[in-house]
Amino acid sequence: MIPGGQPYRREMSRYGWFLRQSRYLRYMAREITCVFIGAYAVVLLVGLRRMSEGRQAYESFLQSLTSPAGVVFQLIILVFAVYHSMTWFNVTPKAMPMQIGEDFLPGKVIIGAHYVGWLAVTAIVLLLAGVV
Amino acid sequence: MSRRQVALEVLRYNPETDAVPYFQQYTVECEAEWVVLDALNRIKETIDPTLSYRWSCHMAVCGSCGMMIDGEPKLACKAFLRDYPGVIRVEPLANFPIQRDLVTVIDDFVTKLKRVKPYLIPKAEKAVADGEHLQTPAELKKYKQYTLCINCMLCYAACPEYGLSPQFIGPAAIALAHRYNQDSRDGGRDARQQEIAADEGVWTCSFVGACSEVCPEHVDPAGALQQVKIKSTVDWYQEHLMPWTRK
Repeated sequence: MIPGGQPYRREMSRYGWFLRQSRYLRYMAREITCVFIGAYAVVLLVGLRRMSEGRQAYESFLQSLTSPAGVVFQLIILVFAVYHSMTWFNVTPKAMPMQIGEDFLPGKVIIGAHYVGWLAVTAIVLLLAGVV
Repeated sequence: MSRRQVALEVLRYNPETDAVPYFQQYTVECEAEWVVLDALNRIKETIDPTLSYRWSCHMAVCGSCGMMIDGEPKLACKAFLRDYPGVIRVEPLANFPIQRDLVTVIDDFVTKLKRVKPYLIPKAEKAVADGEHLQTPAELKKYKQYTLCINCMLCYAACPEYGLSPQFIGPAAIALAHRYNQDSRDGGRDARQQEIAADEGVWTCSFVGACSEVCPEHVDPAGALQQVKIKSTVDWYQEHLMPWTRK
């Protein structure tokens, strides 16, 4: 390719590359917050297990959820789960563009539809849970 | 017209004499409205004729002058000096081997571009006498944005997945494959899927989205890759759960 010398390869560091730019940090924030979604899934699984162990076990599980530590834990999870969901909602127009006739639906409409769907599902869950 | 002294810190590498690249600083007098490419040309003309870089059109059309400017992949002809108040750090495009100074080895991209067959493969042969392949404005709009790609490779320099997994076919090549897959006149999707629906294709992408953010032509390769992922997933389910729906 080149007489006398080789091209120089600058290897990318496997660690810390995401600290180089804010857009990589935003990406990592989106990805890492899925851990909180996973954590809440574990909470639900533990709840199921307690339920299978009988009334007393389940009630003590519910009690631990409503304890101050339990509430703080769930609030932290809620904040990150909302952040994680929003980051994904906001990129949906890229993955699912909608062409109606000649024009593409504005991205805001697709994002908005996701928020509307989210609110609807939340309302149904609250209704089923007897909260509203 | 106002002028000012502009300092540039340029990465130099001569494969015949240097073991590793090093930064060299130049200070040149520039017009206020100049771009980084103008400053490099002034350096080459007045200070250092050995400085090597690629450029051609000077109007963001040819895609030759892609380089890292203050750590960001940019076309040097579209990076205005007025946007860089301090010393401007100029490096060759990230994620590509350095051939000399700001010139990179782009063979990897060119090979991958060929692999995805970025050209029209007609559904059926049509004699010239039978007329044109007609297309509605809606059919054109479906893929039009991807035709604006100028192969400048800024998206490859921005993509951490390509940096970490060099076998990744990458944003521009897959976006161009998607461009032809979306074309109503094209029938080559199955041939392209073998390349782009593979591990080295869209499944290496984790949707960082940097490719679309740095694209100087406002193409959305990140969107194209996610759409290919969805279509490939649908293909898989059709093939395994509803084989009768596949031709």
